[in-house]
Amino acid sequence: MTEQKPIISVRNVTKQFGNLAAVDNVSLDIMAGEFFVLLGPSGCGKTTLMRMIAGFELPTEGQVLIDGQDMAGIPPNKRPVNMVFQSYAVFPHMSVSDNVAYGLKIAGVGQAEIKTRVQESLELVSMGGLGARMPDQLSGGQRQRVALARSLIMRPKVLLLDEPLSALDAKLRAQMQFELAELQDTLGITFVTVTHDQDEALSMACRIAVINKGGVAQLATPTDLYEYPANRFVADFVGSVNIFEGKLTVDEPERAVVDCPEVGKIFLNHGVTGSHAAQVWVAVRPEKITLAKPGKAKPKDAPTGHNLANGEIKGMSYLGDCTLYEIKLESGRTIRVRRANTARWAEEEFTWDDKVSLSWEATSPVVLLA
Amino acid sequence: MSLFKPRPLAPLDYTKRLWMRAWVGLTLVFLYLPLLVLIVFSFNDSKRNIVWKGFTTKYYGKVFENDSLVTALGNSITIAFFATIISVILGALAAVMLWRFRFPGKAGVEGAMALPIVVPEICLGVAMLVFFAKIGWPQELPWPLNLSAITVAHVTFCFPFVAMVVRSRLGSFNRQEEEAAKDLGATEWQAFRDILIPHMKPALIAGALLAFTLSLDDFVITFFTSGPNTITFPVKVYSMVRFSVTPEVNAASALLILLTVVLTTVALKLQDFTKAKV
Repeated sequence: MTEQKPIISVRNVTKQFGNLAAVDNVSLDIMAGEFFVLLGPSGCGKTTLMRMIAGFELPTEGQVLIDGQDMAGIPPNKRPVNMVFQSYAVFPHMSVSDNVAYGLKIAGVGQAEIKTRVQESLELVSMGGLGARMPDQLSGGQRQRVALARSLIMRPKVLLLDEPLSALDAKLRAQMQFELAELQDTLGITFVTVTHDQDEALSMACRIAVINKGGVAQLATPTDLYEYPANRFVADFVGSVNIFEGKLTVDEPERAVVDCPEVGKIFLNHGVTGSHAAQVWVAVRPEKITLAKPGKAKPKDAPTGHNLANGEIKGMSYLGDCTLYEIKLESGRTIRVRRANTARWAEEEFTWDDKVSLSWEATSPVVLLA
Repeated sequence: MSLFKPRPLAPLDYTKRLWMRAWVGLTLVFLYLPLLVLIVFSFNDSKRNIVWKGFTTKYYGKVFENDSLVTALGNSITIAFFATIISVILGALAAVMLWRFRFPGKAGVEGAMALPIVVPEICLGVAMLVFFAKIGWPQELPWPLNLSAITVAHVTFCFPFVAMVVRSRLGSFNRQEEEAAKDLGATEWQAFRDILIPHMKPALIAGALLAFTLSLDDFVITFFTSGPNTITFPVKVYSMVRFSVTPEVNAASALLILLTVVLTTVALKLQDFTKAKV
């Protein structure tokens, strides 16, 4: 789906607000036809970055190129991108059709063409019969569809979406996630979305740029981001994770051992690349840890005494499809373990204050250098 | 569950409470009884306005026979018309400027704009008199240009009201709507015309109405700025009252009330209409 041609190039862009750098020397390429997500906590600068692409903010330094053309000095109304705003910003005094037609009217397109394209555009977002409605007669989800249709009718090279799903309820959000991904697939337009919701990012994106404190913490595909986080921020922000501090004691091409005071020796069946600082961090995802009765845990492919821990269940939250356990290790450290509820009656019930053994495979831990 | 036992009043059943009804009734009487008396006595068939002598509409005819009164009414409406147009444009632009931009001395400008609202009218009137005399504003101009001094004076105290109403309306504007318009290709001016003005419309109508009625019934400031050829309706009524309160004055006032009521209704209907359409 992705052609290897950048439609948007952000080059060394910095945006100062007073003394604060909202965006700090960011460079990234967004490829034509991909679904790109800017993910980050609130206030990390992701929206500012998007607004600079749309032209509503001007970079203090650096360049934004759209389709190879420098956007410096080009106002928002002359850029080949369109934006769906967080508040949808549907014009309240215009009917749905007039809202959708607005851009074409401004562009001076003929009445007949406007009419057919408005209909086309509304049908694309399944709003075909609602053209005569006024915005205050629409639900939040429908208003968003109007905003979407209004932007898509302009046939932009890139569609920017600012927190498109944040105002919708959970069910609708899940549905819109699929619809947006499908729409992007059929239209082949590049979508750039800003969100703070990692589920949204993981489910829709081709690639995700995780933004933290105005910089790109990691740019990767959803799987890579989750399974190979580049640093502690990404590991912690995307999904839930247990991070242990430790010292790298063995580092060979086929095996590595990290000695973590809080959990014991962690064994990896691959070497650690990158700089070899003595201090490293090891991340293990909660769902990759196996829960067993005391003494029954057996890590696969790891030497005896490695990738094992003992603890006591201190907290549980039943989530239906899985249960999340909070386990206090012998060192006093509390970690999280997720266990899928595969059977309606679990063979081994674990409950509060049970002593348990934990294990994980040699492929599970990720060594983080920063 | 007896049929005869009245349902106890719920906390929000204000309108069912006797004392509340009495209070509302008294308020209405206090507000409207004087107006009602004025209108009723405009139909009084008597030279003096104290005792009811029988029904007549002749004083309405007399109002229209009184040339100087008709001229005064014409002057008032002309002044109000122009003062309203200028006030709405000036007030709306001032409001947009204060809402949109940050500039040094903004608080000062805002405060200075509210000044004509809080300064006692008598001071403003004297100030206007001195001002027009000092700069030598031309006096002997043909109608309607001879009304320009009064119109300028009226704009001075009308436009801050418009600005205030529009400003508070702008507070509820979602800036993203304007950005969306620009994003769809609109220029600054097109976005202003297509998005911001429709949003301001109710405030513009309300502001215009406010300005029109303020101008129409202003006495104090007009008194200081009007000359012998530029008598306005309130000033004329005042001079008539100085001789005696005749039913003619009542009739003239009743007509003025009718005019404002009609205008208000039209403006409200207009607002409803635009709302229903959008």
